Parts: sequence; structure tokens; C-alpha cells
Amino acid sequence: MHSLGYGLKQGFKSLFRNRLFTLASIGTIIASLFIFGIFYCILANFQSMFTEVETSVGVTVFFDEGTTEERILEIKSQLEQQDTVDKVEYTSAEQAWEDYKNRVFPQGDDDILTNLDQDNPLANSASLTVYLTDTADQQQLVDYINQIDDVREVNSSDTVAQSVTSLGHMISYVSMIIIIILVAVAIFLISNTVMIGITVRKDEIAIMKYLGATDFFVRAPFLVEGLLIGLIGSIIPLIAIYFLYDRGVAFITTRFATISALFNFMPVMDIFKVLVPASLAIGLGIGFIGSWFTLLKHVRV
Amino acid sequence: MIVLEHVSKTYPGNVQALKDINLNIKKGEFVFVVGPSGSGKTTLFKLLFKELDPTSGSIYINKKNLKKLRHKNVPKFRRGIGVVFQDFRLLKDRNVYENIAFAQQVVGVPNRKIRKNVMTMLELVGLSDKVKSKPSELSGGEQQRVALARALINNPPFLLADEPTGNLDPVNSWEIMKLLDAINKRGTTVVVVTHNKEIVERMQKRVVTLHEGSIVSDERKGGYIYA
Repeated sequence: MHSLGYGLKQGFKSLFRNRLFTLASIGTIIASLFIFGIFYCILANFQSMFTEVETSVGVTVFFDEGTTEERILEIKSQLEQQDTVDKVEYTSAEQAWEDYKNRVFPQGDDDILTNLDQDNPLANSASLTVYLTDTADQQQLVDYINQIDDVREVNSSDTVAQSVTSLGHMISYVSMIIIIILVAVAIFLISNTVMIGITVRKDEIAIMKYLGATDFFVRAPFLVEGLLIGLIGSIIPLIAIYFLYDRGVAFITTRFATISALFNFMPVMDIFKVLVPASLAIGLGIGFIGSWFTLLKHVRV
Repeated sequence: MIVLEHVSKTYPGNVQALKDINLNIKKGEFVFVVGPSGSGKTTLFKLLFKELDPTSGSIYINKKNLKKLRHKNVPKFRRGIGVVFQDFRLLKDRNVYENIAFAQQVVGVPNRKIRKNVMTMLELVGLSDKVKSKPSELSGGEQQRVALARALINNPPFLLADEPTGNLDPVNSWEIMKLLDAINKRGTTVVVVTHNKEIVERMQKRVVTLHEGSIVSDERKGGYIYA
């Protein structure tokens, strides 16, 4: 217990003793976790938008003239058994006609069209709308549906699905590469900071050795130093991102009404539920790895 | 207490620092190890402290074979040995009290006990009035006395001193030797590595003389052979 207190105290002290390197290390961790946080915010929102798109983008299936309702419902249940299918909705010809009328005359001023009710112009427009669990499987499903008898046409919006998926992938790859590079730089800098600490305190370490200090006792202050650098380096970007996100979302929703009409941004707390533990884990992890391996190599009683 | 059997130490580059050393130091003895520079004194010092391992041969301290001592038990082993150096090796940014207390912090003694022990040690070495002084404010003799207090505060049964008077004038050297003698009389085994001829002759203790890595004489109550 006493040596733990000693380690904490000495660790704090040496943070200030080599200020320049401490600042450089903290700075790099801040940069990497800031980028990580920003990209995470973008990706998380993207992901939520993606799921919205995914559930709203479906495949619409139309049938040959004269296909009976029973046959259509039979195909419906056939499709529902597919693993990739989330749900299937049936729109009868009458329903299609009602929907159309409502769309053209939303006020209900549909006298002109009501005359046509007896002779439904959309008599052959009964359709099935198929929703997928994952848009990536869309092409496969379209091919499958096309070879079912009585199917006239399959309408799918694969361009939307594909571009949404590939943009998401690209953003995650680019951010991953940037973060990996920055994390490596941060580990290197912490290792250097600790190395300088070891060099500066070489005499003290030698004396501790003569006095019978354990490896842990000698290493603890340096480990504390590394972990503190990691901790400070993860808290600062979290605070910055918290305010930036709030402001950023407010700015976008007021300036670009079209975007906010399209989908809702995730609340900041939902983002931070993941971002806080992830940032702390990365920051402390960098601090631990950066100092521990340097200590294993250079400090041994 | 300390037994060396056929101990040799060869450094990389085939430099033979010690050749077939056999030595037996009993509990409570006071031994000088003398010899010119490069005779292997410092190597012997480091071997006894397990800072180095011998190339061949065995070293037993308190019947424990140092070769069989596992790395994690080395700190505990070292706590049984007090060490003093020619250059004192005090922490320059800490005062006398903190320097001596440091030895107890390292072994995890609670703070209230440390205070009492440090004061007792300072009294023993005669520095009770210098508690708050920094090493730079002390004379060489005083610094060595602080180092001695630090080496002894954990009550090691064995004290190892490497040229303890090397940086001191004759008066202070003699003061330190008298302290070492007093410590020895309390029961601590003392080994002093030195080439201070006058002191060795004046003390009339056992003298082991090293020359080019071998023991060339071991006198019960000896003087200094090599000039």
C-alpha cells in the first residue's frame, strides 16, 4: 500500500519534470482520440441513417396480368421463408389505386377519379414490397425473385443501397488507418517520455536497486506517468467532441433544413455511451503499452 | 556467512576480472579487500551484491547459493546488505531526512515508524542537527555519514563499503572508519573495499589483497602490501 502511494506521487511529479515530452505525448493522444471521436460520430450517425435507409428501401415485385391474389400470397409466404428477408408487404390493386388517389388529391377532392373505381386503371398493379435484413444481399434476392413464375418485374434501388454501403466502408477504412498511425505515434512518444524519465532518474533507480527495491516499486512511478498521460489525452478530446457535436448538429439542422428533414441525428448521449469507454480504453491502453514495454526492457533490478 | 568457491568472472572480450577466488568471511568479521585499480575489487563487490553473476564457481551468503536465487527474490536478498559508495550516491534533490527515509520507503515501512528509525540513525552517525539539509550543503564526511545511515537503517546483517573514504580527507576518513568499527562491534559483518593504505594499517583488521584477479594474501591482522 505504501509503495502504491509512493508510485502515484512520483508519477505525478515526473509528469511535470519532463514537461515537453509529456505535452508532446498528450498532444498526440488528443489528436488521435479527437479524430477517432469525430469519425465515430460520423459513422454512428451514418450507421443510424443507414438502418433507416435499409428499412425504407425495399424491393417491389409486380406480377403478370391475370395473376390471382392467391398466387401472389403464395409467393409472399415463399419469400418470407428466405433468411435475408425481413418482412413482405402485400399491396392489392385496390389498395394501389387508393394510394394513388390519395397521393394525387390529398385533400380528398377526388370526384374525377372516383368515377374510375369500377374500372381500376391499376388492375394489374398488385405488388409485394420486400424488405431485407441487410441491403448487401439485395442483388441475390432480386435474382431469386426474377426466376419465380408469374413475376413480371422487380424494381430495386441497388444504386442507393450500394453507395450507402460503400461510403460507410470507405469512411471506416480511412479513419481506421489514420487512427492506427496516430496510435503508433502516441505509443512511440510515450515510450520516449518514459525513456527520458528513466535516463534522468538513472541514479535514483540505481540507488533503489541497492536498497532492495522490487521491480514493481521502481517501475510504478513510470507506469503511473504513462497511464496519466493516456487518461488526460482521452478526457480532453471527449470534452471537446461533446461541445462540438452539440454545436455541429444544431448548426446543420438550422442551416440545412433538407438534411434534418431526411433523418434525425443521434443524441449526444447515445454517441457517448460508446465513445467514452472506447476513448478511455484506447488512451489508457496507449499509456500502458507505451510505458510498460519500455520498463520491461530498461528497468530491471 | 560469505563463502566464495572457485569464483571466476570473465567479461566479454575475454577480460578476466577474477580468477579462481576462494574466500570465507565469518559472521561479525571486519575485512578489508585491498589491491590496485583493475585488481578485481569492484567486480568482487558487484558479485557479492548479485549485480553480476560469476562466470564459474559459487557464492554463498548466509548459506544461500546466489546462483539459485530467483530474480524475484533478488530485492529481498539485497535488503540484507547495506551498501556504501565512494561517491555517496545520495539523492541530490532531497534532504538528509528524505534520503535516509527513502531506504525504508523502498522496503515498505509505515511512515510513523520511519520517522523514529531515521532519528535513531541520525543520532548514531551524529547528524541530528542536519535533518533538513540538502546533500550539497554538507561536507563530504557528513554526506558519507548520511549514506552510512541509509545503508544501516534497515538493519542489514552485512555491510559492504566500496572505497568509502575515497573522497574524504584523513580526518573525515578516520571518523568514518571509527563509525564502521562501531557498527561492526554491534554485530554487523563489514567488508570494506579500499586502497587507503594508512587506514588499513591503522585499523589492524583482516586484509585480503587482490592482484590481477587473484587473492595474493589474506592476513589475519594485516597491513597493506601493495602500494
